[in-house]
Amino acid sequence: MELAIISGKGGTGKSSISAAFATLQKDIVLADCDVDAANLYLLFNPECDEEHVFISGHKAVMDEEKCINCGICVDYCRFDAIVENENGVSILETLCEGCLLCSRICPQGAITVEEEDRSRYYAGRFKNGRMVYGRLAPGEENTGKLVSKVREKAKEIAEKFGIEHIIIDGPPGIGCSAISAITGVDAVIVVTEPTVSGVHDLKRTLQLTQGFKLPTSVIINKFDINRELSSEIELYCNESGIRVISKLPFNPIVVEAMVHCSSITDYAHDSEISELIKKAHTDIFAGVR
Amino acid sequence: MPIIVIMTGITIAIASGKGGTGKTFISTNLFNSLQDSRLSIALVDCDAEAPNDREFLKEGVLQSSHAVNQKIPVIDKTKCTYCGKCDEYCNFNAIFFLEEPQTIEVLEDLCHGCGACSVACEYGAISEKDDLLGYVNRYRFSTGKELIEGRMEVGVLVSVGIIKESIKMAEPFDLVLLDSPPGTGCPFIQTVYKSDYVVLVTEPTPFGLSDLKQSVAILKEMGIPCGVIINRADMGTDDAQNYLKRENIPLLMSVPFDKEIAVAYSKGEMITNLSTEWKAKFNQLYHTIKEEFEKNKAK
Ligand code: SF4
Ligand code: SF4
Repeated sequence: MELAIISGKGGTGKSSISAAFATLQKDIVLADCDVDAANLYLLFNPECDEEHVFISGHKAVMDEEKCINCGICVDYCRFDAIVENENGVSILETLCEGCLLCSRICPQGAITVEEEDRSRYYAGRFKNGRMVYGRLAPGEENTGKLVSKVREKAKEIAEKFGIEHIIIDGPPGIGCSAISAITGVDAVIVVTEPTVSGVHDLKRTLQLTQGFKLPTSVIINKFDINRELSSEIELYCNESGIRVISKLPFNPIVVEAMVHCSSITDYAHDSEISELIKKAHTDIFAGVR
Repeated sequence: MPIIVIMTGITIAIASGKGGTGKTFISTNLFNSLQDSRLSIALVDCDAEAPNDREFLKEGVLQSSHAVNQKIPVIDKTKCTYCGKCDEYCNFNAIFFLEEPQTIEVLEDLCHGCGACSVACEYGAISEKDDLLGYVNRYRFSTGKELIEGRMEVGVLVSVGIIKESIKMAEPFDLVLLDSPPGTGCPFIQTVYKSDYVVLVTEPTPFGLSDLKQSVAILKEMGIPCGVIINRADMGTDDAQNYLKRENIPLLMSVPFDKEIAVAYSKGEMITNLSTEWKAKFNQLYHTIKEEFEKNKAK
């Protein structure tokens, strides 16, 4: 089974729950798809077996010797990435989307193409199985594609070593990377918290998972911070036919576990919160066993 | 008489490597604490995938809602000769082309609207239509301050176009605060790249520190000065503080974990409305940022 754990917004405790779920399994493939801020490797310190270069896109590069400052490319670029000023024509790297139209239309052939190759993805071993994690270089695009690569690798490894389950720690938001993390998975857990912003993001996230017709359940984290909103979330989920599989209380021990580079269920195995997480874990995996 | 120097045309971005560190909390309260200021101020919610500032700043009245579109090619199959040149030009694999059996389709989700295919086609078979990415909503407060919100449509893949439009609308303001999207990817870069100063909000955990380091590195590369706020400062280790000292990065403010703040936040209430003490703290934060900013300018 491929299970994706996501949240409309970061900081709801998604990674803590992914980590706990992963360490409750004996043999798991954990795919850290929060490639913008891949963090689980900090907890689990995996033994790295494979490193792969990820080409995230292209960048246009100007050869100033060849450029005659005709300004044609300035007109063609739709991303305002080419500007003309007293120093002539130049490319603003941060705005370039890498469509390469400028390189094709430049009559002087002054614009060439460079690959963006600073992003990486890795595969390795940790105490509960295998781990695949991506690292997008700052400012590079195509998070969605890197997420797909990480998932592909995770599947490959699961097959190779006969591992039954894959847990995906998804990225925040509802954009391309989140979509790539959930398409075609067997189950999605959305981790939310009872804050007005949490509720707002949850609704947008559920819209997305329902759009893709994915079996979705919800975990309300820190539910006791605002019980009223928690009930509201439950009501909303009930009406939308989505199961709330767990309500976890606020507990500083969760952060403590993280500070000790451990999952909550490893760090405080018998605590109330660990028991609740174990229950949710059984609930999700029981159906498929 | 002392001459009062007023900062104008300044853009400050509030960002964090990972989500959930309290970026929205800082942005909205900073904005709220400046309601009495004589400057014209706009807060831009650039987290277009999950815009939340409005949930806290409810008093603003909607002034306008402006659709942001992207161009998407439309192929006229009666004119298409199936030469395949558009497919060759498209660097995003957004044109699905087969010679045999003759097939051509635009994969709209992959299209960036660059227009390369239109330039490529020699047979006038490609025209363009508008595709809705989202909206920029403007909310005005009785003080004249504005919240400008970028809001992406659900199912749209990339928020960058909306972020750019939202920031553009804030150009006429004296002071612009940008609530940045999380991460250090493209949406973050688009938000901070024109900023004069970046406030990074972090939490004192290994995750927080790792993301903070990454954010600091990229800002250095871009040459943008930054300072740090540590949120829930008492719920972790001193590693973040030590790192800041080593790197000589100013600590602008420390916010301890406080049940009152957490509860107010969960209800969508502003701590700067509930507590004069916190209002004063956020006012002080603005002055600290201003001082840091001027120190950097002097360098
Ligand atoms: S506009 Fe650009 S991205 Fe879209 S189909 Fe044409 S070439 Fe491809
Ligand atoms: S370039 Fe024009 S004629 Fe050639 S395949 Fe594309 S749409 Fe058809």
